[in-house]
Amino acid sequence: MTDQEIISHADEKLGEQVEKADIAISIRGLQNSFGEQIVHQNLDLDVRKGEIIGVVGGSGTGKSVLMRSIIGLQQPDAGEIQVFGQHMVGNDDEEAQLAIRRRWGVLFQGGALFSTLTVTENVQVPIREYYPNISARLREEIAGYKIRMTGLPGEAAPKYPSELSGGMKKRAGLARALALDPDLLFLDEPTAGLDPIGAAAFDEQTRELQQTLGLTVFLITHDLDTLHAICDRVAVLADKRVIAVGTIDELLATDHPWIQEYFNGARGRLAHAGSTTLKQGVQGSEAMNKKADD
Amino acid sequence: MGHFGLPRNAKWTSFPPTMNKADFTESAEGDTRSIMMTGSLSLSCLGDVPQRLDDVGGDVGRIDLSAIDHIDTVGAWIVHRAAERLNADIVGADHDAGRLLDVVKRVDEPAEAPRTPETPVIRILMQIGAAVDATSKTMLGLIGFLGAVLISAWTLIRNPSRFRVNAVVQRFEVVGVAALGIIGLMSFLIGIVIAQQGSVQLEQFGMEVLTINLVGRLTFRELGVLMTAIMVAGRSGSAFAAQLGTMKLNEEVDAMETIGVAPMEALVMPRIIATVVMMPLLGFYASIMSIIGGGFLCAIALDIPPVTFVQRLREVVPLTDIWIGLIKAPVFGLIIGMAGCFQGMQVRGNAEEVGLRTTAAVVQAIFLVIVIDSVFAVFFTWIGWK
Repeated sequence: MTDQEIISHADEKLGEQVEKADIAISIRGLQNSFGEQIVHQNLDLDVRKGEIIGVVGGSGTGKSVLMRSIIGLQQPDAGEIQVFGQHMVGNDDEEAQLAIRRRWGVLFQGGALFSTLTVTENVQVPIREYYPNISARLREEIAGYKIRMTGLPGEAAPKYPSELSGGMKKRAGLARALALDPDLLFLDEPTAGLDPIGAAAFDEQTRELQQTLGLTVFLITHDLDTLHAICDRVAVLADKRVIAVGTIDELLATDHPWIQEYFNGARGRLAHAGSTTLKQGVQGSEAMNKKADD
Repeated sequence: MGHFGLPRNAKWTSFPPTMNKADFTESAEGDTRSIMMTGSLSLSCLGDVPQRLDDVGGDVGRIDLSAIDHIDTVGAWIVHRAAERLNADIVGADHDAGRLLDVVKRVDEPAEAPRTPETPVIRILMQIGAAVDATSKTMLGLIGFLGAVLISAWTLIRNPSRFRVNAVVQRFEVVGVAALGIIGLMSFLIGIVIAQQGSVQLEQFGMEVLTINLVGRLTFRELGVLMTAIMVAGRSGSAFAAQLGTMKLNEEVDAMETIGVAPMEALVMPRIIATVVMMPLLGFYASIMSIIGGGFLCAIALDIPPVTFVQRLREVVPLTDIWIGLIKAPVFGLIIGMAGCFQGMQVRGNAEEVGLRTTAAVVQAIFLVIVIDSVFAVFFTWIGWK
């Protein structure tokens, strides 16, 4: 078999696995440490396909490290990570690894846009790398609609990252993460540093994209509003492992002090109240729309 | 495992027939032509479908999606574009396909007209113009920066309490003490090279002893300070540009200014003072090391004992040579420090800029040092210090 065939075979096999799998990411017994300091120990987590899972935890509990372990930027000391049934730790099958890389998109905290490329060139990088035969015009078009899909105005495309605001950088980063139509999307604090309106719009955009594109979203956040608004489930990182996974109501039923403090603190209660009234508001306006339709 | 890039030989575009490659067939029923899409309309399976679809012309009644296996946004985009161009209706789209088509339809926007590239002649002229513009702006900026440095220096002289002793001493260490090893070694080797090459030539006239004149006068007058300046520009000038540039990018300089600390006083002056003060010391030290190198070679290869070497040196090297070196050194230091800090403070925008400015700082510093050196050479000869 030629290289191409091996790679496309791996891609095809992975495609089947992605279709079949119920669990997108499965982590067992993960251990990470930096020198003496142990960040994760015996960490288990399952991310279901098609859900938005929010990952929360205090500063320094290793949320970003967890994400970096999954996407292969951090070599864990021990443990097992599977993405769509594909082993990520100690897997020497390069083709399979490359195949899986095309099926995820990552939005880093600051956007991590290549500062010497324009927004549209940034979005084209993954396409150019993986599909060199796509014509320049089509690539340009794909980048264009991906950029507009993330809610950026078309005129942002020829700009350089340094000419964009923080929120626009995040959207541009999201457009790049979505460049290859991934199945799995990693978002590292997507709403940090955005104003509440911008953050809410970003949340809504994430939700909408997740639904239309059928994405599985792994979302690290500190934003209680985001958790309430778009996350199907929330995983809580504390004591070097995931201490609880579930909907917010399920988490509220546990009596772990950190969870209680997090969700029942002043900010947590506000966000909860906000999401409840928001939902009521949505229901109310839907009812009104119905009336108007009648 | 670790991470790796895509191997250069990997091609993702061709797939064995087992993958359901995207394809389409044209058919006509009476007057209406229709296009039947088949296979997987996703980025990885597209193959040549986009190009072939582009070649289809004329009016097409409908594009049928009922036979496709899978579609992603790229597939939806291609179908959407083709339908727009051919005035076709899209039929047979299932729930997923319909949703994706809606999304791409919503974000479609009339494409901007592509820019026409300039002719090569115009482009070269534009580049020359831009280079002239950039150079003259840099020169003006550097003169302006010299003014700012002088003002800060005057402020510090009037208010000595604002002088940052700790920062300056710290820079002394980084610029001066830390450079002793490398500059010493470099100068020692240069001394050997001059003596060795000189002796080979002078031997032809039986004048090996003049090697001592060569080493002594050349190092004190020119090479000691000049080589030191080049080394300091490469070591410290570049570091200044990179440090200040990074601080500028992180908005640390802005933060300083808002707190009420003048960056000129806190960041620039300590660095410039350090290069101005350290350059004469390093230059003198470098000259001595060169002399030692030359003396070493003379002792080994020419059988001139060190005592004779030193005696002869005292006879042939006039004190003015040492003065020339010591007068030039602080000027070179000022140029190096200024070029480094100026370029660092010019950083705007992105990380690449830091690299460009660092390079510019070193190139500018070395160039200006050599220009000024030639001016000095003419000047000192003119006033009779030969």
